[in-house]
Amino acid sequence: MNIINIEHIAKIYQVGSEEVHALADVSLKIDKNEYVAIMGPSGSGKSTLMNILGCLDTPTKGLYEFTGVNVSDMNDNELAVIRNRQIGFVFQTFNLLPRSDALHNVELPLIYSGIPYQERRDRAKEALGQVGLADRMDHKPNELSGGQRQRVAIARALVTDPSIILADEPTGNLDTKTGEDIMHLFHLLHEQGNTIILVTHEEYIAEHAARIIRIRDGLIESDTPVVNRVETKSNGISLQS
Amino acid sequence: MNSYLFELKEGLIISFKAIRANKVRSILTTLGIIIGVWAVVTMSTAIKGIDLAFQSGVSSLGSDNLYIDKWAWFTNDTPWWELRNRKNLDMEDYERFVSLAELPLAVAPSMFSRETVKHEDKALEFINITGTTHNYLETTNLVMEEGRFFNELESDGNRNVIVLGSEVNKKLFPLGNGLGNYVRVKGQKLKVVGILEEQGSWVMGNFNPDNQVFVPIGFVFKYLQRESFGSITINVRAPNSTMVEPVKEEAIGIMRRVRGLSYDQPDDFSINQQEGLLSEINSTIGVIQIAGLFITGLSLFVGAIGIMNIMFVSVKERTKEIGIRKAIGAKRRTILGQFISESAVICLLGGTIGLGLAVLTSFIINQFLPTAVQIDAVFLAIIISILTGVLSGFAPAYTAAKMDPVDALRYE
Ligand SMILES: Nc1ncnc2c1ncn2[C@@H]1O[C@H](COP(=O)(O)OP(=O)(O)OP(=O)(O)O)[C@@H](O)[C@H]1O
Ligand SMILES: [Mg+2]
Repeated sequence: MNIINIEHIAKIYQVGSEEVHALADVSLKIDKNEYVAIMGPSGSGKSTLMNILGCLDTPTKGLYEFTGVNVSDMNDNELAVIRNRQIGFVFQTFNLLPRSDALHNVELPLIYSGIPYQERRDRAKEALGQVGLADRMDHKPNELSGGQRQRVAIARALVTDPSIILADEPTGNLDTKTGEDIMHLFHLLHEQGNTIILVTHEEYIAEHAARIIRIRDGLIESDTPVVNRVETKSNGISLQS
Repeated sequence: MNSYLFELKEGLIISFKAIRANKVRSILTTLGIIIGVWAVVTMSTAIKGIDLAFQSGVSSLGSDNLYIDKWAWFTNDTPWWELRNRKNLDMEDYERFVSLAELPLAVAPSMFSRETVKHEDKALEFINITGTTHNYLETTNLVMEEGRFFNELESDGNRNVIVLGSEVNKKLFPLGNGLGNYVRVKGQKLKVVGILEEQGSWVMGNFNPDNQVFVPIGFVFKYLQRESFGSITINVRAPNSTMVEPVKEEAIGIMRRVRGLSYDQPDDFSINQQEGLLSEINSTIGVIQIAGLFITGLSLFVGAIGIMNIMFVSVKERTKEIGIRKAIGAKRRTILGQFISESAVICLLGGTIGLGLAVLTSFIINQFLPTAVQIDAVFLAIIISILTGVLSGFAPAYTAAKMDPVDALRYE
């Protein structure tokens, strides 16, 4: 079954008297355990699409079925529940709570789903262990490197065991080597059976995925499988589970 | 239900973290509430103290007492000039009343005057001197601390004897050697035969027995106030509270006879009672209460506005945080609860501090008024501060709750 099925999605912003078609007409299906990269020039509508896929935003027009459920007409609270239980979002700018330590940041989604203290602590520690940060749990974001922050953010996305992981330019703020570490993490998560969609500007990063969707001016330009996928090196990071 | 409790608990934990992270601001924010709660509690404590003092001051008069007087304590219907034109009550009235009255437990006349009371180089000015007879004590609740009241012989013979109120005694004889000593009034030397037990109520002022002295009534007529110029009061005590009405009825009848009034003439005397005084005091205190609550309520209101203002700033500043929380699944309700509980916790902290200050203040007030912070004032303070927090936090929390997650995340 498709995890994601969107049909003729449009997102239109009214800026003054002008209409901005951030997404013009996009249809797309994504299956379980796919690894998809979305590419396109700046302003082409990648983030807009990701926000809609991540239930952070709702389309102006069109149908969105997530795991077979129509979410296009859901209200705020229903979307919050979907985001909380089914979607793991990773941002370019990490978006961690600056005053909370890594462990609290990771357990936050579990707090919102009402998991009791001990269980959520255990699960948060496990997720941090998976991304190789077992020894950094009590560090605040400003006491961590960029790559480590992004790994905390990934741990936060994983901790709820979501149906899909969405990453909007997860390596955009990182140097090449650290970016490669993060891509290795995504690779391992994909191998574990997770479904991953990521947005990137870089061809090299995109080629880690199995399928590349290119968009331009709010329309899908091409949707092709990757022939020569880039192999990631372990760099000492491994998934424990 | 369970999930509400859970969210409340988590909300409170998050609030504490946020408050700790913004210590200085939180303290400044709470200042308004600290002052507000302090004002409310202190005011209610003080009012309670005033009330208590009045009540005890009045009840030291005794609830079984009637005072037959030329003047009415409360002139509701009789204009004062009419009262002034009444014939003075004199000792003859008193004696005829005593001989006719059957119901009272005790009857005594009294005549007030103000004089300086001296002992050696110490002088107390404007002391209320009550001239009366030996059975005066029986018409009051007063008790002797030392010595005795003057006896019938001294009273009838207008001897130069005096009974001191406790305050007067303390001031004139700080060494405690008052009994048996002498004081001077209008050049007359009077022997101190007794000292009254302390009443400890400041409200009655000069009328507080503590600040008075008692002498045979003849002494007053002779040296201080000519009988023909003043009007005496006849103090009547009923045997018990159920007898107050009959004693009053009888007193009216007798007085009308004594004063020679025909059936169509109105009373030319008044029968005063503590009861009237109490209701008068209660209505006065009611006014103080309303004024006090209004003023303190205003200061709380200002405090609440301060909280609201700061919470709006806080919400604005933490837009990104709100975006993050929403992105990972916080519902509107959760965000609303988080900010409301944050503002309630801030207010509760402020309220607790204000309460603490009010308790300290009450110790100071206690120097003048017999009072302490009551348990209901404590609950009042806690409820008021939580309520203020919830109410003033609601609007900011609501703006936070309805933020769009994408916009909030994009906010710099
Ligand atoms: N809130 C908004 N109001 C008006 N226009 C918007 C809004 N959000 C996005 N847009 C417009 O929609 C278009 C797509 O924006 P989007 O952020 O999806 O681009 P992007 O592909 O992610 O670009 P980048 O690679 O720079 O991140 C842009 O032209 C942008 O100006
Ligand atoms: Mg973008």
